[in-house]
Amino acid sequence: MLMIENITKTFNPGTINSKVALSGLSLTVNDGDFITIIGANGAGKSTLFNAIRGKFITDSGRIVLDGEDITLKPDYIRAKNIGMLFQDPMLGTAPGMTIEENLALAAGRGGWLGRITKADREFFKERLSLLDMDLENRMDHPVGLLSGGQRQALTLMMATINKPKLLLLDEHTAALDPATAEKVLELTKTIVSENNITCLMVTHNMQSALDLGNRTIMMDGGNIIFDTRGEERSRLTVEDFLIKFREISGRKLDSDRMLLSD
Amino acid sequence: MNIAPYISLFQTSLELGLISSLTVLALFLSYSMLNVCDLSTDGCFTLGAAVGAVVALMGHPFLSIPAAMLAGVISGFVTGFLQTKMGIDSLLSGIIVNTGLYSINIAVMGNSSLLNLNKTETIFTLYKDAAEGTALEGKTDLIIILLAVAAVIIILSLFLSTRLGLAIRATGNNPDMVRSSSINPVFTTLTGLCIANAFTALSGCMLAEMQKSVNIDIGTGMVTMALASLLIGRAFMGKGRIPVRAVGAVLGAIIFRIVYALALRCDMPAYMLKLISSVIVIIAISGPYLKSRVPDIKRRLEAGKVRS
Repeated sequence: MLMIENITKTFNPGTINSKVALSGLSLTVNDGDFITIIGANGAGKSTLFNAIRGKFITDSGRIVLDGEDITLKPDYIRAKNIGMLFQDPMLGTAPGMTIEENLALAAGRGGWLGRITKADREFFKERLSLLDMDLENRMDHPVGLLSGGQRQALTLMMATINKPKLLLLDEHTAALDPATAEKVLELTKTIVSENNITCLMVTHNMQSALDLGNRTIMMDGGNIIFDTRGEERSRLTVEDFLIKFREISGRKLDSDRMLLSD
Repeated sequence: MNIAPYISLFQTSLELGLISSLTVLALFLSYSMLNVCDLSTDGCFTLGAAVGAVVALMGHPFLSIPAAMLAGVISGFVTGFLQTKMGIDSLLSGIIVNTGLYSINIAVMGNSSLLNLNKTETIFTLYKDAAEGTALEGKTDLIIILLAVAAVIIILSLFLSTRLGLAIRATGNNPDMVRSSSINPVFTTLTGLCIANAFTALSGCMLAEMQKSVNIDIGTGMVTMALASLLIGRAFMGKGRIPVRAVGAVLGAIIFRIVYALALRCDMPAYMLKLISSVIVIIAISGPYLKSRVPDIKRRLEAGKVRS
């Protein structure tokens, strides 16, 4: 369970560029939740993710993951329990190293001086075959030679190779072509549901925000302005969402991008 | 034609090339793997030479090797600490450490800028005496150096395929990915620089003991020479597997020394060595860049022709 209590973050405080990115946000995520997050640009979606994974330490508030207070923990310590995928498929893998070596680092088995064993290789092969991209037969190829979609699928595999307590997906299919995006999203759904991974996903596609997962939150001005799940959520349409946004925030949502984007 | 001088010239080049190849292997780790251009290399090479010489002068020829390497580890740690924990740019921290080491090296040598090891027992003299009258006479220096280089290649190749080694390579490739694998890139950078500088210091120590003297300038220009050798090696061996690339780095160092020796034979003055190494580095690094610009330049030239 992830508990976020009243976190705030202001970038460039005291300067002309000062920006309140998170304004006292609280959120409780239950085990097994798959929450989709929507909101206009600058609403604080990515900032929320960066606060959770420890890219920066919040100005105030508390973040507790599975009973452990991680508010002040550095990012690489939190990474043990938190997996993350970005929009840019290049960010999650080391291009100059082979698929096998990337997976070995993500799996993190054995001590510092341990090497990749035959058993590891078999395990990686088995996992890669789930992707159905023929990567299992190219384990000694450098990752830099893979396409964006293949790299993102591999990053997904790496982020979930040890079941994380929390998986953060920040528009992870937005930079891929529609067919590949569809495939990576299908893979995400399969892996998340089969392993029962608690997951937060930012998307700009309102339809998939409603179709996927069990709960949807809408963000604006660094806070959550709408939180829906269960029966209420199942009755909502994209239209309802747009109206809701206008009611609460008093502005019109940049709906073209949200309705049209994949 | 008398080929005897050429054989001895070849053997000397081989010995010098193999000794400097230890520094090339250090840069292979820091520059090619960790993506840090360690400009403290010159000072660290001299530090290894100075510490090794002083310990040998105290009457401990064997201890001189680990002592020099330990000094290198400390130097590498300081360079790494400055760039990972003190917010100093990696190039700048190398330059700062290099400058500081100049004073430290003179202090190590006992307020002197020159140490003579002519009558001192070193690892080389120990075996030279033992091999007298046998078939190995006159070859012991080469054998000792070869053993050291082989050991470093094997250790480096094995190390780079361990989890820590993979993490060091990934740190040079994509530090964000290292963090998401719950590894602290500060740790991997520090470890990599400590090991690399141990090899650099070993290189300096062996040169000092072989040529039986140390002066404060012994390491000057080493970083450029080692980079030149590294890039020559890459041109010959490509970007294959790690052990192949490490051997390539050593070959690069030997080729560099042989070409230099031949140039000296053709009456090139000795002081040209450093200019040559600079030019090789320039060509090796900017060559691929300039090559990629050729189509654009061609296009512009053609467009100019049409207009006029």
